Amino acid sequence: MTLFLYVILAPFLFAILLFGIGQQNFKRITLLASILPIALFGYFLSLTPTVINGDVLTSFTEWVPSLGINLDFRLDNLALLFSLLITGVGSIVFLYTSQYLKGHPKLLRFYIFLTVFMGAMIGLVTSNNILTLFIFWELTSISSFFLISFNNTEASSRKSAIIALTITGLGGLALLAFAVLAGELTGTYSIAEMLQSPEVFANNAYTSYLILFLFLAAFTKSAQFPFHFWLPGAMKAPTPVSTYLHSATMVKAGIYLLLRFTPHFNGNESFFIILLFVGGFTMLYAAINTLFKTDLKGILAYSTIGALGIIVFLIGIGTAASITAAIVFIVVHALYKASLFLVTGTIDHQAGTRDITKLGGLRKALLPLAIAGFIAALSSGGFPPTIGFIGKDLIYESTLNASINPTLLTTIAVITNIFMVFAGLIVGVKPFSGSKPESLGAIKKPHFILWLMPMLLAALSLIFGLFPQWVEVLFTHQITPLLTSVESPHLAIWHGFNLILLLSAITIISGIIIYFFWKPNHRKEQQIKRIEYLSPRSISLQFAQLFHNTSYFLTRVFQNGYLRRYIMIILVLLTLVFGIHIFINPRIFLSLKDIKALNWNEVVILFMMLISILFTVFTKSRLTAIAGMGVLGYTMCFIFVFYGAPDLAMTQFSIDTLTVILFVLVVYRLPKYLKLSNPTNRIRDGIIATSFGTFLAFTIIEIMNETPVKSTTAFYAENAYLLAKGKNVVNVILVDFRGFDTMIEVSVLSIAAIGVFALLKLHLKKHEK
Amino acid sequence: MKSVILNTVSKTLLPLLILFSVFVLLRGHYLPGGGFIGGLIAAVAFILHAFANGLTETRKLLRIHPGFLIPVGLLLAVISALAPILVTGEPLMTGLWHDKDIAILGKIGSALFFDTGVYLVVIGVCLTIIFTISESV
Repeated sequence: MTLFLYVILAPFLFAILLFGIGQQNFKRITLLASILPIALFGYFLSLTPTVINGDVLTSFTEWVPSLGINLDFRLDNLALLFSLLITGVGSIVFLYTSQYLKGHPKLLRFYIFLTVFMGAMIGLVTSNNILTLFIFWELTSISSFFLISFNNTEASSRKSAIIALTITGLGGLALLAFAVLAGELTGTYSIAEMLQSPEVFANNAYTSYLILFLFLAAFTKSAQFPFHFWLPGAMKAPTPVSTYLHSATMVKAGIYLLLRFTPHFNGNESFFIILLFVGGFTMLYAAINTLFKTDLKGILAYSTIGALGIIVFLIGIGTAASITAAIVFIVVHALYKASLFLVTGTIDHQAGTRDITKLGGLRKALLPLAIAGFIAALSSGGFPPTIGFIGKDLIYESTLNASINPTLLTTIAVITNIFMVFAGLIVGVKPFSGSKPESLGAIKKPHFILWLMPMLLAALSLIFGLFPQWVEVLFTHQITPLLTSVESPHLAIWHGFNLILLLSAITIISGIIIYFFWKPNHRKEQQIKRIEYLSPRSISLQFAQLFHNTSYFLTRVFQNGYLRRYIMIILVLLTLVFGIHIFINPRIFLSLKDIKALNWNEVVILFMMLISILFTVFTKSRLTAIAGMGVLGYTMCFIFVFYGAPDLAMTQFSIDTLTVILFVLVVYRLPKYLKLSNPTNRIRDGIIATSFGTFLAFTIIEIMNETPVKSTTAFYAENAYLLAKGKNVVNVILVDFRGFDTMIEVSVLSIAAIGVFALLKLHLKKHEK
Repeated sequence: MKSVILNTVSKTLLPLLILFSVFVLLRGHYLPGGGFIGGLIAAVAFILHAFANGLTETRKLLRIHPGFLIPVGLLLAVISALAPILVTGEPLMTGLWHDKDIAILGKIGSALFFDTGVYLVVIGVCLTIIFTISESV
């Protein structure tokens, strides 16, 4: 179906269109940019009835068939769920931004990046070809980089963006490695077809590498410990970006990848065990961290990491119930977290601060926002009757029925969820409750879009909670092939009095208690910062610094800008290589009977060479040294002539002439220092030169003793006339067989000429310097 | 350098050397020679002239800036490389040859134009570098 292909490409075309509109015109029609995500959302919603019945929508166009890269798109249940999230949250974020960044001078740029990101994300979840998936994956990292560094005048924004790009880029490389390895092992780059080679993913010599690369990609993107630290840094981006990329969609790309490959690895125990460990540790670590943050977005960042940890942990349990729980929790989290982020954004927009210690009593000025925040907080904490409650129930149900150590898993889940309750309340309720601090000043009423958008998302949390069968129909039915064989659990608010309900009650009550007794403040934040040096962030940054310092040191030593130093390093290195070779393999190949008698003309030339070398080395004048070099070059030409290389001789002759002229031109104007260098340096250089020459000679003699491989020579000799109609093989190689090399060499020469011209002829005016 | 002998000789040598360079360029496909060597010889001829008569004289003789030869040569080389794609639909840099021999030149083909491009670029590069440096020091 071609419409499907156009839908996937639409955002990229739309981005180009936006670019054409221009900043000034765009200011007036900002709201119109939201048409695209809304239309796409409508399109995916209209496909829902067909897709959930098991009809898979596909589109296949060849792109680079020789490399197995094709525009192969496939919309199944999992892809549909993510597409709906991407376009749905996208619509709301697009609308919200039109007010949030109203009048911003770089508004158009923001929308272009956001559109490209949306397109990349849709492409990522619908790609059936793993290489195109990789391309879209990288595109999301890149658009994320530009959006994090949107305030590019701030050094901290730029730094956060670079850290995020480095970490997710590392994961991207791992994904490429996974893609190529999996593609080569299974013989196909189509994800669906890979399912037909289960042995590759179950127990193969390379399976552990596959798991390693896949996890590296998924954990970096989805901010799992120890790669989580780029996400709190990414909060430097404007709040709509944090909402969209760093909470609702992009960070779930790693989760998507894991879900997508869960059927492939089904039955591979280590796959699930590692997920369980990493997810479990990440969620606990992040949940505890939320206690010590005072920035609203910092709290949300850590609670997002915690939520991602929960999802990974649920996939790791590996039962049908836990995968369903993971999928429901993706929806739950996207709804309440996006809502909380937008609430935070509006608070920041109206009150000018996100510091939790300075906020309070905003309910009077921002009543609708307070309601949205309250509902989102309820869903975050898993209070009935929100969808969050159902999500939490499913989590407990899967941990209690897990095959390994259900008690421990349930304990971890309960502890994490207690902190999630706390985090939700502190962001969604705390700024609105209590009395307003005087430092806040008067709060203006926000534009209706700024409270309506979070309200919409919050309302959805509530509606889905009241009608859970909608979620069930939409998302959990046949969501992955893993679930087709197993009955998926039934979603409902009320399951009766049981252990799960008790755990839910414990979670909620403990969360509320912590909320009332633990007040985050800057002192606590400072205290936790003392052990910051142990965190993965500090260790990674120190490693990066070490890397930077080492390369700086090496560059300073080797690339000091003096030509003589470069030549010396090259010669010393080569001398070492030759020397080691001769030392290990001390064979002398010179056999006296093979030496032919020297002709008288060769003797004369060698004698002239020797004289000119000695003359060049010992003369007191620069100009005569250059002349000596010239004579040496000309004698070389004779050697070429004697041994049958007229082309080389002619070239050498002209080049030598030009070199001498160039040297004379430059040296002529230099002051006439008679002492060119000090004796120590000259002795050192002499030793280097002599040993280099000697070792080189030995090596050449050794090479001459090898039986030469004539096949290349024979090919050119035979084919020069047949294929290229030339009799001079050297010239035919230059202009025909290796003509492309010549082309590039000629271009390099041109660049050199332009460089010389620019360096010497550039007369800058004073104000340009 | 003021020298009557060099002065006179260089004026006579210039056309001869350039003729020789063209000769070297054209015979390249069959006998030792080619665009690169030919270009170097032509460059040396102009530089010899500049040494004897001064840079301004040579520039006057050349009329165009030597740097102008670089893009012309590059363009010629690129066109002759692209010609097979445009004319016969064969891959980049496939040799195209005229069927009949032409007097003096022998066979004419895209390789000859490519070599001429190289010849022009080499002249342009050498003269640009040497003229620029000799003017600046």
